[in-house]
Amino acid sequence: MTGSRNTSLFALALLAPALLYIIGIVAYPLVDTVNLSFTNAALRPTYDWVGGENYQKIFRANFEQVIIRTFIWTFFSVLLKMVIGTLGAVMLNAAVPGRALFRILTMPPWIVPMAIGIFMWGWMYNGQFGMISGLLQNFGLVDGPVAWLAYGNTAFWATIVTDVWIGVPLVTIYLLAAMQSIPRDLYEAAWTDGAGRLYRFRRITLPMIIPALVTMSMLSLIATFNSFDIIWILTRGGPSGSTTTMIIDTYRVAIGSYKYGEGAARAVMICIFLSLFCLAYFRVVGKINTGEKA
Amino acid sequence: MSTKPMIDRYKWYEVVGIYAGIALFLFFVLAPFIEGFMVSLKPLSALFSSPYSFWPKNGSLTAYFTMWESVPGFWRYIANSLFISSVATIVVLILVVPAAYAFARFPFPGRGPLLGAFLAVNMFSGAVLLIPLFRLMRSLGLLNTYFAMIVPGVAFLIPTAIWLLRTYMMRIPRELDEAAWVDGASRLYTLRRVILPIAMPGIIVVAITTFIGAYAQQFIFALTFNSKTEFMPLPIGLFAYFGRQEVVWNELMAASFVGITPVLILIVFLQRYLVAGLTAGAVKQ
Repeated sequence: MTGSRNTSLFALALLAPALLYIIGIVAYPLVDTVNLSFTNAALRPTYDWVGGENYQKIFRANFEQVIIRTFIWTFFSVLLKMVIGTLGAVMLNAAVPGRALFRILTMPPWIVPMAIGIFMWGWMYNGQFGMISGLLQNFGLVDGPVAWLAYGNTAFWATIVTDVWIGVPLVTIYLLAAMQSIPRDLYEAAWTDGAGRLYRFRRITLPMIIPALVTMSMLSLIATFNSFDIIWILTRGGPSGSTTTMIIDTYRVAIGSYKYGEGAARAVMICIFLSLFCLAYFRVVGKINTGEKA
Repeated sequence: MSTKPMIDRYKWYEVVGIYAGIALFLFFVLAPFIEGFMVSLKPLSALFSSPYSFWPKNGSLTAYFTMWESVPGFWRYIANSLFISSVATIVVLILVVPAAYAFARFPFPGRGPLLGAFLAVNMFSGAVLLIPLFRLMRSLGLLNTYFAMIVPGVAFLIPTAIWLLRTYMMRIPRELDEAAWVDGASRLYTLRRVILPIAMPGIIVVAITTFIGAYAQQFIFALTFNSKTEFMPLPIGLFAYFGRQEVVWNELMAASFVGITPVLILIVFLQRYLVAGLTAGAVKQ
């Protein structure tokens, strides 16, 4: 097309509405968060610059424990999503009757309003009436009712399981798509040479889905790190802080106690970690892609 | 069986193993829905009795009828949810269609980094930006209105929508634009009369995935920026009941099922497109 300068202007004009929207609703708030983190902003209309005081305060409040807990929570959640997602994709990829239906049946947790799925988990975890405790008792595996959300240890794992449940459909379907794009000749050649099913999986499927696996782990890492709804609905960070992740802690301080400045300092810490993940993501995915082209 | 290629033939124990594995996997995925449905069928007295029984004894659909009276404003919550998602979808489309066209067609300086910047929005959740967003909504006077939930929601739906639609528009042959250009059509005219009609299937797919995204993610903004019952979307409306002592669980589960039915129906018809949308959401160039 003619007139490259003209073209650029037209393109920018087309972009402008979306760009301005993102600047207003995401970029400006981001800058405002950093700014607020150095102030003592609260409910009252005026606030002062306090320097790094908020950051000192949050570390005096044992914030590093929250950080460590967040990383453990995120690590196990992502790991389980990847393992279960890979196993699910392998099984859905098998040429057995009904797999189209099975694929549809995998989707509901991802597509249904998240909060409603979490409510149902809340009922399942209930010690007296819920399915998990009930079935375990019926099978004689536990003696009495187990209220999964009432103890720190079980609540920690219960929230992870629910997070895995919400994330697994996306991982499964994404990995399934990656598996289905592997050329069939590879399998047929290996099969002609007498390679068994397990061998073909290890030597063909697994290496070929590694890029998809890495991409999905990174995206899932970012999403999991940001996870709010699950913990807030199931435990609100309790019992006694055992499920308080960085996001939950930020919400409690900022929205629950109206300490905007201290909350903002926490949010900045989250943003720093997220940026590191994001950087790593672009690095790794970039490497995979250039590797594929070479 | 006989027409199957040899490589796809399984021994009987392999078939059993695969189905057992799939059954276990689907049980994990569907257990909360199965349990929720069973709860919605049980009378209250049976819900709170022990020992636990999975199957509802003298179960009935009663809760699906009585809930409309005992969850006041339940219709309102569903209507709010649909309304918020619809408006968000329309706003997203208005912003995203021209932007996706720009990214798909024109080589302007800074295109790559700009696209990257849009996608980077995906890395933040609303929760991180909640404090300044709260202040922003307050100073715009939007707190406790529908817009307090729509305006921030839209921002987080834009990146994936741009990515999806851009991918779709890149497949439209460039010759079409050029032919229109040669005929003297302006660029805007070309976009409106040539590109839009051809891109319509892609736009519809993006509209549906955006709608589902908007419907699925209603929680944190509605929880924080709105306290008026009459504007609450379904998840928040139900959440308010969950904390109470006198929860009528069977009716709440019934209400949840009515609320998720629209998207469950969408899955059956649109799963092919949803898969395309979902796999495109991951950055893969």
